[in-house]
Amino acid sequence: MFDFMFLVFSAACIGTALFVAFTPNVVHAAVSMAGTFFSLACLYLLLGADFLAITQVAIYVGAILVLMLFGIMYTHNIARISGEQVMMQIGGGLILAGVTLFVLAAAVLSTEWPVQEIGPPAPTVDRLGVQILTDYLLPFEVASILLLVALVGAVVIAHTSIPRREGEKS
Amino acid sequence: MIGLPHFLIVSALLFTIGVFIIATRRHGIMMLMGVEFVLNAANLNLIAFSRYGEAGTRGQVFAIFVIILAAAEAAIALAIILSIYSHSARINLDELQSMKE
Repeated sequence: MFDFMFLVFSAACIGTALFVAFTPNVVHAAVSMAGTFFSLACLYLLLGADFLAITQVAIYVGAILVLMLFGIMYTHNIARISGEQVMMQIGGGLILAGVTLFVLAAAVLSTEWPVQEIGPPAPTVDRLGVQILTDYLLPFEVASILLLVALVGAVVIAHTSIPRREGEKS
Repeated sequence: MIGLPHFLIVSALLFTIGVFIIATRRHGIMMLMGVEFVLNAANLNLIAFSRYGEAGTRGQVFAIFVIILAAAEAAIALAIILSIYSHSARINLDELQSMKE
């Protein structure tokens, strides 16, 4: 059952990612990317990472993807939505991707991975919480400051760029 | 029997697709999607190692930080792309040769 679920979700993940890579329409690509993120969340569940699976759906599908859809709709004239995003350098891209895949796959397949018995997955939320607030407290605080800076920075960069309607006061 | 190498191969495929998107697409937001794929491939690796390796939940803590950084990066990059678009009405990165003017 585990093997079957793994095959289904990894095929869904790779298939939707390939669709993103080759579809000419940006909106279709964004919606297909939601499928990639969902199947990745299911793979995380198969690996026993329950908290991260929920986080993946909430942050990627709920926040980043919606942000990207807003970006697409702000920057696109809907009438010519598939006209200008041509793919270029497909040959070079294929060579680069092939070399990358070859190197990574060779590294994975040529390594002797230690085989050890793994028990049934246990809930991870309590252990994650304890670790974040003890061993990783400093990175956690730095990450919260980073998020604050990114939020303020994004507002500062973008607030003049959203086109205003005629006659509207700033 | 599905084990660690299978997850690593899926992650390598996802990474490769992300690199391919970054290399071939000329649309600003599409390149962002490629970057997200690369980061997700790294996350899948981290979580697979935290399950099958000896890292315990530390791999998952790293994955959480990667997700935080990805969120911040997406917000900033989209703000920059919107700003460039309102400045020059272009989204195709090949047509944007210079940062100023």
